[in-house]
Amino acid sequence: MKEEIIIAGFGGQGVMSMGQILTYAGMKEGKEVSWLPSYGPEQRGGTANVSVVISDKTVGSPIIDSPSTVIVLNNPSFEKFEPLVKAGGKLFINSDLVTKKSERIDIEVIDIKATSIADKVGNPRVAGSVILGAYIEKTGIITRDSLITALIQVLGVGKNHLISVNEAAFDAGKNILLENV
Amino acid sequence: MGKVLMKGNEVIGESAIKAGCHYFFGYPITPQSELVAYMAKRLPEVGGLFLQAESEVSAINMVYGAASAGVRVMTSSSSPGFSLKQEGISFLAAANLPAVIVNIARGGPGLGNIQPAQSDYFQVTKGGGHGDYYTPVLAPSTLQEIVDLTQEAFRIADQYRTPVILLGDGVLGQMMEPVEFKETSEEMHLFEKDWATTGTVGDGPPKTITSLDLNDVSLEERNRKLQEKYETIKDQEVRVESYKMDDAIYGIVAYGTVARIVKSAVDRAREAGMKVGLIRPISLWPFPSSYIRKLSEQLQLNKLLTVEMSAGQMVEDVRLSVEGIVPVHFYGRNGGVIPTVDEIYQEILKLKYGVMV
Amino acid sequence: MKAVFERTSGLIDRETHYCPGCTHGIIHRLVGEVLEELDALEQTVGVASVGCSVLSYHYFNCDMTQAAHGRAPAVATGLKRVLPKERLIFTYQGDGDLASIGMGEIVHAAARGENITVIFVNNAIYGMTGGQMAPTSLLGQKTATTPEGRAAQTQGLPIRVSEMLATLDGASYIERVSTHDVPHVIKAKKAIKKAFQNQKDEKGFSMVEILSTCPTNWGLNPEESMQWVKDEMVPYYPLGVYKDHSYKGDGV
Ligand SMILES: Cc1ncc(C[n+]2csc(CCOP(=O)(O)OP(=O)(O)O)c2C)c(N)n1
Ligand code: SF4
Repeated sequence: MKEEIIIAGFGGQGVMSMGQILTYAGMKEGKEVSWLPSYGPEQRGGTANVSVVISDKTVGSPIIDSPSTVIVLNNPSFEKFEPLVKAGGKLFINSDLVTKKSERIDIEVIDIKATSIADKVGNPRVAGSVILGAYIEKTGIITRDSLITALIQVLGVGKNHLISVNEAAFDAGKNILLENV
Repeated sequence: MGKVLMKGNEVIGESAIKAGCHYFFGYPITPQSELVAYMAKRLPEVGGLFLQAESEVSAINMVYGAASAGVRVMTSSSSPGFSLKQEGISFLAAANLPAVIVNIARGGPGLGNIQPAQSDYFQVTKGGGHGDYYTPVLAPSTLQEIVDLTQEAFRIADQYRTPVILLGDGVLGQMMEPVEFKETSEEMHLFEKDWATTGTVGDGPPKTITSLDLNDVSLEERNRKLQEKYETIKDQEVRVESYKMDDAIYGIVAYGTVARIVKSAVDRAREAGMKVGLIRPISLWPFPSSYIRKLSEQLQLNKLLTVEMSAGQMVEDVRLSVEGIVPVHFYGRNGGVIPTVDEIYQEILKLKYGVMV
Repeated sequence: MKAVFERTSGLIDRETHYCPGCTHGIIHRLVGEVLEELDALEQTVGVASVGCSVLSYHYFNCDMTQAAHGRAPAVATGLKRVLPKERLIFTYQGDGDLASIGMGEIVHAAARGENITVIFVNNAIYGMTGGQMAPTSLLGQKTATTPEGRAAQTQGLPIRVSEMLATLDGASYIERVSTHDVPHVIKAKKAIKKAFQNQKDEKGFSMVEILSTCPTNWGLNPEESMQWVKDEMVPYYPLGVYKDHSYKGDGV
C-alpha cells in the first residue's frame, strides 16, 4: 500500500494542515509517512500545495511526480495538478470553488460541494475536513479515529474549540460520499 | 522516546541540543529559517543561548569566539550566507576549533532562488575558503539520519578539533517525517578541551588560539599536522551506504535528497528487470573513493551514473575514484529543479540501451 | 635600592615587535597594568585583531584568541556569551580593523550593549600593510593610497567613531583619550580602567578610543609623531567622554 497525495489550494485554506493531519494519522498507525510543503515564492502567488506520502514501506522520494490522489481547492491548482493524477488515481474537487471540469476518463473524479457542506455543519472554513472525511471513506487508508487523534494534535491547545466542528465535517464528508454512491 | 513529526530544520536544532550544543549564532535566510527560529525558542528553555547576529560573517565569528571558549556551538545558513561564512570556516580550521555549520543549500549562483539544490558541493568539500584545509561534510538523506548525523557532526568536531559541515537542501529542511530522538552516548560528551581560552583562573600559563604563523617553516609544520589530521579523518570517518548493489551491473551515485529519488527510480528499474543499485555517499568529505572503486571492480560494473541537483560537481569525485575503469555518466538538474523519478528512470534505461530509448 | 617602576605582570617579558616611537607599546602596558590592578588577569580573555597588534597575544599575560580582520567584536561576543559572567573579555583593534572592514561588527556589538571592553587604537592609518589610508586618515594626510593627500571629493571624510557609537543607546561608556604626553597617558589609563571596571559591574559596552602614533608610516620621527597627534589629530578628534551611563543601571 502506498498513497501519494497532493493537496493544493490558496494559502489560508488549510492545505498545509490537511496534509499534516493525514501525515500524523498515518504515523499514528505505524505507517511510513512524509510531508513536503511548497515553500517560498510559489506560495506568494496564492497557491500552496503539500505532498504527503503514506506507505507500508520506507518512503523513497518525498517528491511526488504522479500522485495517486489529488485534492484541489481552487482553479489554479486544478489546472496544475489534474493532469498529473496517476491513471486509476483519484481527484477530489471542492466544486464550490473549482469551476473547471475534468475530462479525464482514466481517473476517478469526486466532486464535493465542501464549502456549502462545511457551512451547514457550522463553519465554512472546515471545508478541508469535509474532503478529508470523504477521502478516508473512499480510500480506507486510515481510520476515522486516527484522523481525530491527528486533528487534535495539529490543532493544538490554542484551537481545541474547533475539534467538534471539524469532527462533524469529517462525518459530513463521509456521508455525502455514501449518499452519492 | 516515541516518534515525533517535525520539520527537517527543527530536527537539526533538536538533535544539536540533544548532542549538548547549547549555543547558536544565526542569521535568517530561506530555506533554513525554521532552524534559527527553533533555536531562538528552544535554547533558552535548556539554559542555552541563541543570538541573532547582524550578518553571517558576524555569526561565524561569534561561533569562533564560543568555540575558543570550548563549548559546543552551531551556526546555520543557506548558500549565499554560507559563502559569507567561508572566511570564518578557514579560520576555525586553521585554529583547530570545533564547530558545526549547517548549510541548507538552495539554487545558485548569486542570489539564485530558494528552491533545493546541491550546487554547493565544490564549496563544502574542497575547502571553500582560503588555504589548505578540508572540513568533514555529512549529508543526510532522511530526517532520522539528520538525528544521527548531527550528533556525529559534534563528535567528529570535538574529536578532531575541526569545523564540520552538515549539508542538506530545501527539501530536507522543509519536509516533515517521523523521527525518534535517542539519548546520546556518554563518550559523545567526553572531550576534554584543555586548549580552550576560558581565562586561566589559576590553572597554568595563558593559552593562545590563533591561525597566524609568520614563520614559513613553522607554518608549513602546522599545515603538515593539519594534513595529518585530515589523513586520519579520511581513514576513520568515511560513511557510505549501498542499496540493491549486490548483483548490480549499473550503479547510480547520489546523495541527500536526490538519493531518495534515485531509490524510487532504482525500485522501478528493478521491477523492469534491470540490475541497478544505488551508492549513497553520506560523508562527502572524506569521499568514499576506495569504496566506490572496490565495488566497481568487484562487481565489474558496466557503468556508473551520478545524479545531482547541480550542473555536475560530485561526478568529478566519482570519476577520480574509479580512475577510468568504469565510464561515469551524469544526469543533473539545477537552479532549484528537482529531478523526477521518471527522468532518472529514463537515464537508467539509457545506461542499458544507449541514448536511443 | 627601592624600585620606582616595575614591569607589569599584565605583560609577558619579551622583545617588542612594534616600531620605535609607536604608542601601541604604551597602550599595551596600560591595559596590562589595569588588568593587574583589577586582579583580573586570570579572569580575562583578550581578542587580538588584524593589524600591527595582531601579535598582541605575544604580550598580554592572559588567555588570548585571535580574530579575523574586523571580526573581533563578534568573536568577543561569542566568548562573552558562553563563559561565566565574571570573565572579562576585551578586543584590541586598530582603526582599519574596527572602523573599516569591521564597522558592522563594532556597531552591532555596541547596539546590543555587549558587556565587553574595546580598546580602539586610532593612528589614522593602516600600519601593518604599509601606510594606506584608513577611514580615520585626516583630510590632506598623505598615505600610500592618497599620495596627494586625502581629498574629501574622492576619499570622503574621516569618521569620528566615538561620536558615532555614542549615538547608540546600547553603548554605555565611550571616551577618547590620547598618548602624546605623560598627563594624557595617565588619563588614558584611567579611561581603560573604567572601561574594564564597567564590564565587571555589568554596565555593558565600553570603548576607549586611543589616539596613537605610527611614526613609520607617517614618515615622522617619534617626537614629531607625538606633536602630530597633538596638533593634527586632537583638533579633529576631540578628547573627552562621549558617553557615560549605564543603560541597565539607569533603567533607560
Ligand atoms: C580580510 C583581510 N583584508 C585585508 C587584510 C590586510 N590587512 C592586514 S592589517 C590591515 C590594516 C590594519 O590597520 P589598522 O587596523 O589601522 O591597524 P594598525 O596596523 O594601524 O595598528 C589590513 C588591511 C587582512 N589581513 N584581511
Ligand atoms: S607600523 Fe606604525 S602602527 Fe605598526 S608598529 Fe610600526 S609604528 Fe606602530
